[in-house]
Amino acid sequence: MGYPHPSHAGEHPVLSKHFGDAGARTFDGWVKRGGYEGLKKALGMTRDQVVEEVKASGLRGRGGAGFPTGMKWSFMPKEVVKPHYLVCNADESEPGTFKDREIIRWTPHQLIEGCAIGAHAIGAERIYIYIRGEFTHEHRILLAAVDEAYKGGALGANVFGSGRRIDVVVHRGAGAYICGEETAMMNSIEGKRGNPRIKPPFPAVAGLWACPTTINNVETLAAAGHILRQGGAWYKGLCRGNPKSTGTKLFSVCGHVQRPGNYEVVMGTSMKELIYDMCGGMRPGRTLKAVIPGGSSVPIMTPAEVEDCLLDYEGVVAKGSMLGSGGMIVMDDSTDLVYQVMRLARFYAHESCAQCTQCREGTAWTTRILEKILAGKGRREDLDLLLDLADNMTGKTICVLSDSCAAPVVSAIRKFPAEFDAYISREKQPVMVTA
Amino acid sequence: MSTAHAAGETHQPVFVGPTRAQLEALFPKYPTKQSVLLPALWLVQEARGWISEGALHEVAEVLGLTPAYVKGVVTFYTMYHTHPVGRHFIQVCTTSPCNICGAEEVTKAFLRHTGCGELGATSPDGRFTVIEVECLGACGFATPVLIDDDFVEGVTPERVAGILQGYK
Ligand SMILES: Cc1cc2nc3c(=O)[nH]c(=O)nc-3n(C[C@H](O)[C@H](O)[C@H](O)COP(=O)(O)O)c2cc1C
Ligand code: FES
Repeated sequence: MGYPHPSHAGEHPVLSKHFGDAGARTFDGWVKRGGYEGLKKALGMTRDQVVEEVKASGLRGRGGAGFPTGMKWSFMPKEVVKPHYLVCNADESEPGTFKDREIIRWTPHQLIEGCAIGAHAIGAERIYIYIRGEFTHEHRILLAAVDEAYKGGALGANVFGSGRRIDVVVHRGAGAYICGEETAMMNSIEGKRGNPRIKPPFPAVAGLWACPTTINNVETLAAAGHILRQGGAWYKGLCRGNPKSTGTKLFSVCGHVQRPGNYEVVMGTSMKELIYDMCGGMRPGRTLKAVIPGGSSVPIMTPAEVEDCLLDYEGVVAKGSMLGSGGMIVMDDSTDLVYQVMRLARFYAHESCAQCTQCREGTAWTTRILEKILAGKGRREDLDLLLDLADNMTGKTICVLSDSCAAPVVSAIRKFPAEFDAYISREKQPVMVTA
Repeated sequence: MSTAHAAGETHQPVFVGPTRAQLEALFPKYPTKQSVLLPALWLVQEARGWISEGALHEVAEVLGLTPAYVKGVVTFYTMYHTHPVGRHFIQVCTTSPCNICGAEEVTKAFLRHTGCGELGATSPDGRFTVIEVECLGACGFATPVLIDDDFVEGVTPERVAGILQGYK
């Protein structure tokens, strides 16, 4: 449901069915609502059978990249020689994204169940749930739920009498966006600075402590419980657009809509329906200026691109952007796009781990040039300089943080040139002071 | 027992009594001692409010790491304080999604009502420190503010004075 708002008829609540219902938070409450049946079913199946079920569902990673989950699980070695690990990515720090927080806040057992299924599928005995340090409240909820899950038999040395051992360790982050990147996360769990690692080796070969590791997003794992319970075919049937995008997806909608919140819709639902019908559209007297659809790391969309865009991986790509994490930032005509793009660039500059020159220097320079434009000292050449910088920041670094900074900047310059012109021509008053 | 360290200040050990027990309970959760670093640093900050040079040396010693290594890690993560802060630490999100919903006005209201003067400074009475932070992962509840361990949603400038009443 569109928490904190009541469910809308256009939604299809699976993961969010119990958002806002505090009774679903406890072990007993979750069991009463059909919880842990998916895990019990999975425990009666072989590793391969579980992987096949998830492959059949068409589930793709909800952390941003959309990689097929069943395939990712199948990369893990069949023989367990060294320990296998599952890492659950609850770092959620991509601006515009706030769905995983809601899953943990209302249905922590939904996540624990999904984690345990994932662990079984990849032959892991131990799961690390990496939760960002700022989620203080959700951290407490999760710790309490893990305790309960041990007492209820869903975790421990003999999960639901299956003879299978599954343990969960909740690992708290300490403020670093980059730790959401999977290899940085592994370093962070190992007690290191959160610097991304060069791939290969991929985590399934050498991840945590050089052991085979799988990393999945909270929403991905939460979906696994429902897929096991109701079947891969059921999940695959939830599709209104491209058959390669299946199931339901939580969209976090924020910014200038009347009812911001998390909305769960079937893949392929129209973006306009989400923004206007479910979220109530813009405030009175305002019109849409731009949407950043997949968390801040993707190209900005114009109202024309939003017009007939379908919300699935292929649909958003067809309109020049990416579905990403499903964090949708809606901006109306009161928005100063140059200023907001500068704020995003500043975010990436602040969060760069500084290993790669293109990223460390590029994010900082991009921010400074945008600040200069906002201070009324911009020149036309600055836009070319920004595009040139962005080119050097794309596809050249260990991880894609650098590319993520370039995407909104390039698309803003290309799609909204008038916004920049207004400052450069001095038609618009400066809003910043720089040295 | 207290240990002297390079800077010459006396440091009262953190990892004694219940905090020591909390540390010991962490070891079985990780295959290496080094991996206990982040949770150990959290224990220090919870006990002392910040991570001093002395505490940093103590952490290094209990985990078999060098102080330089520990410092490298501490300074990577923005939530660890390497200097003392006010009794109540206030973090206001001002990244774009919150920014377009008026987050900078919320920051200003906090600065005004706490008497902190500027971002990062502590109020003269030692009560508050206010900083701006990047996305808190609650963008639909603009503006979210983290006060110590309390996550407050939907903060507007008008609510600030009332919220601060709860933090003495
Ligand atoms: C800079 C950066 C930040 C990321 N932050 C997150 C995050 O906060 N949460 C998340 O689930 N994935 C994040 N990712 C994606 C992860 O690296 C990884 O692809 C994902 O957790 C895999 O899970 P999935 O296959 O279930 O989507 C980030 C990636 C990058 C490059
Ligand atoms: S931008 Fe403020 S919480 Fe995400």
